[in-house]
Amino acid sequence: MAYSFPEEVLEHVFSFLSLARDRNAVSLVCKSWYEIERWCRHRIFVGNCYAVSPEIVIRRFPELRAVEMKGKPHFADFNLVPEGWGAYAYPWIAAMAEAYPFLEEIKLKRMVVTDESLELISKSYKNFKVLVLTSCEGFTTDGLASIAANCRHLRELDLRESEVEDLSGHWLSHFPDSCTSLVSLNMSCLGSEVSFSSLERLVARSPNLRTLRLNRAVPLEKLANLVRHAPQLVELGTGAYSSEIRSDTFSSLADAFSACKQLKALSGFWDVVPSYLPAVYSVCSGITSLNLSYAAIPSSDLVKLISQCQNLQRLWVLDYIEDSGLEALAASCKDLQELRVFPSDPFGAEPNVSLTEQGLVSVSEGCPKLESVLYFCRQMSNAALIAIARNRPNFIRFRLCIIEPQAADYLTLEPLDAGFGAIVENCKELRRLSMSGLLTDRVFKYIGTHAKKLEMLSIAFAGESDLGLHHVLSGCDSLRKLEIRDCPFGDKAVLANAAKLDTMRSLWMSSCSVSFGACKLLAQKMPRLNVEVIDERGPPDSRPESCVVERVYVYRTVASRQRLDMPDFVWTLDEDSSMRYS
Amino acid sequence: MDSDLNLKATELRLGLPGTTDAISPPKNNKRSSPDSDSAPSPPKAQIVGWPPIRSYRKNNLAEAESGSFVKVSMDGAPYLRKIDLKVYNGYLELLEGLEKMFKLTIGEYSEREGYKGSEYAPAYEDKDGDLMLVGDVPWEMFESSCKKLRIMKASDARGLGCAV
Repeated sequence: MAYSFPEEVLEHVFSFLSLARDRNAVSLVCKSWYEIERWCRHRIFVGNCYAVSPEIVIRRFPELRAVEMKGKPHFADFNLVPEGWGAYAYPWIAAMAEAYPFLEEIKLKRMVVTDESLELISKSYKNFKVLVLTSCEGFTTDGLASIAANCRHLRELDLRESEVEDLSGHWLSHFPDSCTSLVSLNMSCLGSEVSFSSLERLVARSPNLRTLRLNRAVPLEKLANLVRHAPQLVELGTGAYSSEIRSDTFSSLADAFSACKQLKALSGFWDVVPSYLPAVYSVCSGITSLNLSYAAIPSSDLVKLISQCQNLQRLWVLDYIEDSGLEALAASCKDLQELRVFPSDPFGAEPNVSLTEQGLVSVSEGCPKLESVLYFCRQMSNAALIAIARNRPNFIRFRLCIIEPQAADYLTLEPLDAGFGAIVENCKELRRLSMSGLLTDRVFKYIGTHAKKLEMLSIAFAGESDLGLHHVLSGCDSLRKLEIRDCPFGDKAVLANAAKLDTMRSLWMSSCSVSFGACKLLAQKMPRLNVEVIDERGPPDSRPESCVVERVYVYRTVASRQRLDMPDFVWTLDEDSSMRYS
Repeated sequence: MDSDLNLKATELRLGLPGTTDAISPPKNNKRSSPDSDSAPSPPKAQIVGWPPIRSYRKNNLAEAESGSFVKVSMDGAPYLRKIDLKVYNGYLELLEGLEKMFKLTIGEYSEREGYKGSEYAPAYEDKDGDLMLVGDVPWEMFESSCKKLRIMKASDARGLGCAV
């Protein structure tokens, strides 16, 4: 009362809190702190766009400058979420255009963004600076043209892996000559050629440019010119890295690179011609991040490049690297923290390269800082997994994809329960786990018992009964996201752990054994959960309640459970307790 | 299943366009017994979303591997198709493939008059970005220089000759 701090002082104190978690804690102290905090919160992260509504956000936080949001569930990446499910950005963009004239940053992931939305963004915010669209879709290069033309102070335009309808490369030429503020430009997902002279002029007049990721259509012959205009680059994504072998092209490129003293990350490398790789050797000692996951070149060429990068921390590569290449990696890159090995021929029946579990074992042995792995391979053994777990108890993310579903330990023909069990038992800080191979309920018992820090779990073609799912839901204290496909998990486990679902962001189950009746029951029991039945076979109540649903997506929400944009294959509980679609 | 068609039509898959799609493997097979010769391994059919690779990466991969996938647009159609040129042994097969895919007829090719007697004419964009009539150059040269195909209305294609 008379002794409380003036608001301005509290606000100043709060300004030192950047983590949402801390600000959320602060808002819970008392009403006046809640009020003060909400007026000075400038950044917000919404992990599920349907967990809250634009109105609720705007009402609580009137002064936002940066919004980050995620839409579709992760399995949408693999076509498991039917087209038209939702995650439309427009309602958010429209509401924010009214409420936040000073908004500077919008970052969206897995959302549907239209040209209309982009145009609205470009015209509504006078000081707009950052647009990051990760794995988004629904817009064309026309939308990009609006952004380029109207955002006078644009710093970042990052279209990471979005699916853009590429009408032409002309959009780039819409950046006015007066635009000199660019810090980051990532157009690597675009198909068509942009006007090279526009691109060159843009790069030349952007002294703060730190990140430039070109698309495949930028030919190697033009790369040297671009790089020469931006020796201050920290991250570069090349275009196609192939050309007729010509010594002047090579030396020009090598010279240009040697001027880049700050370069830390390289990516791109489509259509690589190995003879041109040495052009980057001069910068290799400073490189910490290398994305060669589109470079279809043999192991020996990959190794020649990688062994020059002694300070490498992150490597994304195709399985062309093979076990031998991974061994070399383990020997030269002692700072390696993250490794992703992608399959070059995922649908081939036979292995086309010599990449096995041994490669991962070598890296786990040789790289003491390795904490994050995504590995596609065709065979695995419990022995290897146990060795990996013992070598690297510091794993935070472990994602293993054995290409053949339900593949057993190739040495003993047993399930891989023991192997994954060793991973969760040894890696006490594990936050993310994706499993594959032959797995019984036993592995889930291990997970429930040991994986106490696990936040995200992905399961496919695994388990034997509801007990498996029950172990996970009842044991994993930190679980936030659970995604399951093609597992014999059903009603019992879900209903018995209904309360747990309230503590998680979301649960996805497709091609499992959850019945429509159980979905209804869950929705009735848990008013703050939205239980979406996603089924393309017509209304679920035209079938018996015991019928299993194709997919169910459960997420906690403070918004309405009948979202207005539901397509005709999504059903949620109606207010009068019958499953109806809107 | 029917509502899947839109997705399937634009999804990258092995095999000729128009082939039927896959089934998921039977669940609860292949339990831990070593002598599992009782259950035959499931057919090497493609399972939706498996292995878990993003379409973005799958598309890029196919182009990296074969380098022969090209987009095909048809004037007036709302979305594009993609075909693998490697699958065809020559112009005849290619044109037949296009006719089937877009449900139209393409007339007979002659060097002098292009495609006579049809509503549509196939054109392509070559490495230099020029729009060329399909059929003027030897097949091998076409295969390596074709970047995009475009099925044009024959009325628009008049006057499009070979670049001599």
